[in-house]
Amino acid sequence: MTTATVTGKPEEPVVATKNYLTEGGVTLRSWLLTRDHKRIAILYTLSITFFFFVGGAAATLIRLNLVTPPGIFTPDIYNRLFTLHGVIMVWFFLIPSIPNTMGNFLIPLMIGAKDLAFPRLNLLSWYLYVGAGFLALFAILIGGVDTGWTFYTPFSSLYSNGYVVLALAAVLAVGFSSILTGLNFIVTTHRMRAPGMTWYRLPVFVWSNYATSVIMVLATPVLAITLILVAAERLLKVGIFDPALGGDPLLFQHLFWFYSHPAVYIMILPGFGVISEIVPCFARKPLFGYKFVVWSSIAISVIGFFVWAHHMFVAGISLYAGLVFSLLSYVIAVPSAIKVFNWTATLHKGWISFDAPMLYALGFIGLFTIGGLTGLFVANLAFDVHVTDTYFVVAHFHYIMVGGMVSAYFGGLHYWWPKVTGRLYPEWWARIAALLIFFGFNLTFFPQFILGYLGMERRYYSYPPEFQAWNIFSSAGASVLAVGYALPFFYLGWSLFRGKRAGANPWAATGLEWQTPSPPPTHNFDRTPTVTRPPYQYRPEPEPQDV
Amino acid sequence: MGSLQLLPPSASAHAADMDWLFAALLGVSAFILLLVFGLMILFCIRYRKGSKVERGNRLGRTWRVEVAWTGLTFAAFLVLYFWGANLYVRIHSPPSDATDIYVVGKQWMWKIEHPGGQREIDTLHVPVGRPVRLVLTSQDVIHDFAIPAFRIRQDAVPGRYETLWFTPTEIGEYRLFCAEFCGTWHARMGGTVVVMEPSDFQRWLDSQDPGPSLAQEGEALFSSYGCSGCHGGASTVHAPKLEGLFGRPVPLEDGRTVIADDRYLRDSILMPKAEIAAGYPPVMPSFAGQIGEDDLLKLVAYIKSLADKTADSAERPAP
Repeated sequence: MTTATVTGKPEEPVVATKNYLTEGGVTLRSWLLTRDHKRIAILYTLSITFFFFVGGAAATLIRLNLVTPPGIFTPDIYNRLFTLHGVIMVWFFLIPSIPNTMGNFLIPLMIGAKDLAFPRLNLLSWYLYVGAGFLALFAILIGGVDTGWTFYTPFSSLYSNGYVVLALAAVLAVGFSSILTGLNFIVTTHRMRAPGMTWYRLPVFVWSNYATSVIMVLATPVLAITLILVAAERLLKVGIFDPALGGDPLLFQHLFWFYSHPAVYIMILPGFGVISEIVPCFARKPLFGYKFVVWSSIAISVIGFFVWAHHMFVAGISLYAGLVFSLLSYVIAVPSAIKVFNWTATLHKGWISFDAPMLYALGFIGLFTIGGLTGLFVANLAFDVHVTDTYFVVAHFHYIMVGGMVSAYFGGLHYWWPKVTGRLYPEWWARIAALLIFFGFNLTFFPQFILGYLGMERRYYSYPPEFQAWNIFSSAGASVLAVGYALPFFYLGWSLFRGKRAGANPWAATGLEWQTPSPPPTHNFDRTPTVTRPPYQYRPEPEPQDV
Repeated sequence: MGSLQLLPPSASAHAADMDWLFAALLGVSAFILLLVFGLMILFCIRYRKGSKVERGNRLGRTWRVEVAWTGLTFAAFLVLYFWGANLYVRIHSPPSDATDIYVVGKQWMWKIEHPGGQREIDTLHVPVGRPVRLVLTSQDVIHDFAIPAFRIRQDAVPGRYETLWFTPTEIGEYRLFCAEFCGTWHARMGGTVVVMEPSDFQRWLDSQDPGPSLAQEGEALFSSYGCSGCHGGASTVHAPKLEGLFGRPVPLEDGRTVIADDRYLRDSILMPKAEIAAGYPPVMPSFAGQIGEDDLLKLVAYIKSLADKTADSAERPAP
């Protein structure tokens, strides 16, 4: 009952004595110079968690300020807070979140490899990430940036009074970290699959990260060039984007969104991968329409490059450009819809249990569906002319990025926690956190759709009195959400020391990563496994090992 | 603290159309949402672990189902697309009888100039039932002129003219916002749109100190910036005549033909070498950085006012 019949493999002992956490030493040095993909994944997880709380603290202050207009902060401080929130959450949490933690840890395990193709590049990628993160924090501490995460010109290049160039340098550096990760994943997936692990036997998680990597490698250089041009205009007064210097401000938006729209898919595709692992496991059924799910990921990563100007329907693009980009945006909604239908169909005639990872996954499907459907609203030309730059857009992308991606991140964290740490977490606490996050999230962001349609603009430190009631709902929801996000920090931390031993495969899951001890040994498999079957060979009966 | 409002005031013909589009989008979404959530909840209850329902006969080949739901979804999406695109084309096609009002955004105020020369800041007075076309630009960074009660907005981009038109249908006062982040006081860059009876509006216009009209001011600037030295009727320099120019096609040196619109006039003042009229030596200096947005608008308004004149009738000496 494994994906992958691992030839000649004896039953694992309950506790693996030699594993990646103990082998090779436990000194700080052994961690900071490690080339083991699993240890680098842990380094990433720790640093990403830190930045998640930094970005979350900014979000908390933003919601606090918006309870009682004109709020508690000066406009300059408020503008720095939302810029900090956006820059940190986009580049230092969402983009690296699933690929660099779970992707790093799991891709070699899932394809039956010993490590990623380029272990040193992998470590370099983490150092770039951390260096960039500290540069961003430094820019914040010495005075901050007030451009918003979008750095629109000519405001960012000539008018902003913040430390724009430092922030640009940080984003540039973290971009290289992304490129290295993407490159590593692509080569690993092509070259290092175990015998018998054909493309159509790859778990969807690997496919999703592969699609993500393609975007990282192709789109991120455009961001790098764009940021360098902004810095050149700001420092050297070279006229590129500012019309006063003979430049074109819309050129910046085209270049920026040519990266940043595909980047949205960098942020959500790995989430699709996590959900496609969890749902079959807890429904005890093969994933419905495996090939459709796989190819819709690839379709998204390709079409994702041709929808960027839908961010610019009121920016001054031509009427015809608007018509084309809106149509393409409707086209890209189709593969996302396909996935939702396939996950739902996977539940049909299943044997469904509701452990914490499944609760996160079901929450993900619900929130992502709302986020995706409101994407149809903002992709709609006339509708977007009314709501662009309002809280409707804010709510829409938070449903995708937070409701979707962060739920998937937590779902994956719980699902693979026993594999990574060898310990089980307290199930009921995890279920409570999943429910708190789901309800807190909806209470926070659903009112923002209404606020947006009413005309409440983004990036306002203060607003007219008729918007206050909905803002209070939103801020109340944010406090529930904050508790939901803080809870796992405590019970997962507790489980590291007191959690029950997990064993190799606590979920009776298929997939090669479950066929090796928890935590896995440094070289992942004692013997390279041979794969003989497609993934997700679950059957809707109680499994013998389903204790 | 206000009550729980659900819809903004609706004060233009377009606003009503938009609310119908909103209703359609909500309808389609609600249908898909209920379908997905309904099935999810149904499956989760019916096929929960341990329940004793029949689980045999599972769907083997999936592609028929896949093609069906992909096709149906895309068909529904296309309907929504065309609906929205149709409205979008309409809000980009101002009627020919619309009154032009000029709007300049700058950190952090909206400067508005009526064709009669009346000026206001952060307040826009308009008559009910008459189409109005705003010509928007910015003096510094990108701003965005947003009127939720009319369900429209448009970025004001430095170095460009963008337009936005509407026909107000309800008398009243509506909020005006800047919707593109523009710096420290972005949230305070807004004001009021006042929709009035046409007679009240006329009274309001008359009560304002009109000053010279935009075109009249432009005429004065036309001399003071030295434009008349070459483009004036008495000039000996071989420069294009501006009478009867606006709105007509202009053949260019490189073989293209452009329409002499706001954009062309503005670009020709700031970047005269970009689009050289055929048959004229490229001798005009650039005025980039020397003429502010306010003055540019006036110069363009003056050149527009010459649209109905012929070169002969303007052969008089400049005032």
